[in-house]
Amino acid sequence: MAPHVALSRRAGLSWLRGMLPVALAAVAFVVGWRLLVLVGGYPTYLLPAPETVFARFVRAWSEGTMAPHFAATMSEIAAGFVVGALLAVLIGYLLARSPLAEKLLSPYLVAAQATPILALAPLLVLWFGTGLASKVLICALIVFFPVAVATMVGIRSVDGRLLELGRSLRASRRQVFRHLELPAALPSIFGGMRVGVTLAVIGAVVAEWAGADRGLGVLINLARGSLFDTPLMFAALLTIAGIGVVLYVGVLLVERRLVGRWR
Amino acid sequence: MADIVLDGVTHSFAQPGGGQLLVLDALSLQVADRQVVAIVGPNGSGKSTLLRIVAGLLAPDAGHAAIGGLAVADADPRVGLVFQEPRLLPWRTTLDNVSFPLELAGVGAAARRRRATELLGLVGIAGFASAYPQQLSGGMRQRAAIARALAREPSVLLLDEPFSALDSLTRERFNAELLDLWQRTGTTILLVTHSISEAVFVADRVIVLSPRPGHVIADVPVPLPRPRSTDALDGAAYSSTAATIRAYLHGTPADHAAEEALAAPVHDVLDRVGTPAWFDPFRRGG
Repeated sequence: MAPHVALSRRAGLSWLRGMLPVALAAVAFVVGWRLLVLVGGYPTYLLPAPETVFARFVRAWSEGTMAPHFAATMSEIAAGFVVGALLAVLIGYLLARSPLAEKLLSPYLVAAQATPILALAPLLVLWFGTGLASKVLICALIVFFPVAVATMVGIRSVDGRLLELGRSLRASRRQVFRHLELPAALPSIFGGMRVGVTLAVIGAVVAEWAGADRGLGVLINLARGSLFDTPLMFAALLTIAGIGVVLYVGVLLVERRLVGRWR
Repeated sequence: MADIVLDGVTHSFAQPGGGQLLVLDALSLQVADRQVVAIVGPNGSGKSTLLRIVAGLLAPDAGHAAIGGLAVADADPRVGLVFQEPRLLPWRTTLDNVSFPLELAGVGAAARRRRATELLGLVGIAGFASAYPQQLSGGMRQRAAIARALAREPSVLLLDEPFSALDSLTRERFNAELLDLWQRTGTTILLVTHSISEAVFVADRVIVLSPRPGHVIADVPVPLPRPRSTDALDGAAYSSTAATIRAYLHGTPADHAAEEALAAPVHDVLDRVGTPAWFDPFRRGG
């Protein structure tokens, strides 16, 4: 056995030890839930027991109830996040570099952000239909603001001395963006994206509530209304929460890869 | 030929409260090809402004600057600049920082790598090519900054208090290495410094600037033979030259509080960074 194998095993062990409190907290959560059902004596349609939800979750996936709704919501989130974040980085850059653009655009952007997406969604569905387009739009809209503000703040925080260095090296405007402004703003942009990606999940579900024939939001509505299947509702909620956590961690991993080495 | 000629260079900055602050007043100076000239002077005497005019980063209000008989261009490519701080890009390795000017100039990856590796060897940090700036000591960072300034083979090297953040022992070693580098690269060097000993040890001539508005009050030749070693710092010629320069510097009225105040506006112009604000109609200036 090479020494580094032993070392990596030790590293793995310490990682496990680090995760122990996390696992314990999860166990405590489930036990607390079970106790609540046991002591309160709640009927299943109000608060199903964890094992009931788990069984329903497994059945919904194995019977194929969940998969199409999951796929629909997932593609709405992915497309909405990509469109919203890309636009936000571009507009955020414009706002950071052009005082006129900031003056003209920011009141509308703030107003759009302040208007609850829940109130805006029905209108957008009315205009763009119950298909993918309205969902992507709503997701993109909700992702846009945090990422745009983060980009603007990040670009503005670029060290003026580095910009002078760029000027002394005759860097073009594009090179300044690519080599100085963007890398310097990246940590801030990723901070905005972490918030944005969890908001995208909310956006997708809200958009589906406003009118759709597929998606996890639709499934929750179905489970509550026509099916009267509370465990299925919980299973759908579990899936939505899972998507949020996984996407958040995904953004975090990309961030670590891109800025982790030098920060 | 890379001789530097400054003729009647005048420059002023707009002050925050309105009005103009005259920093350089009809300053004239000539530096022969491959000469090493040090510039000393009190804070606010416009030393950094002078370097930026030679580098083509600032255009003088009056007068003109030329290198090798040709007027200085906007961000002149014949000039290599070393700032007081290393100004390395924290997201790039040492090697990638040194090859950054070449990358901007469109040099191919292999040639870039070869040249940057060679430069890292020249400044003595070949072993740290893949380290990030945060992992380097202050001295190593400044070595990398010097290597970067040499990347495009400039004929003029401008150094703006490059060693002021280093301890005095390291600084002496850096001075000796700078001379070594100068002998191998054959650039004309203009060095702004606060240290009289550094100026005398490194330079052929030491220019003493007046307090603001800066102009040349003395041009002191250094009668030390080359190549120089740190032993020269103990000789009589060294001491008398240093004493002459010190006398010129102290002969000028030294109002330290005023100097501090005068240094500030210059830095404001150079370090202007946007404030992170969002839709704030009450923000002034926006």
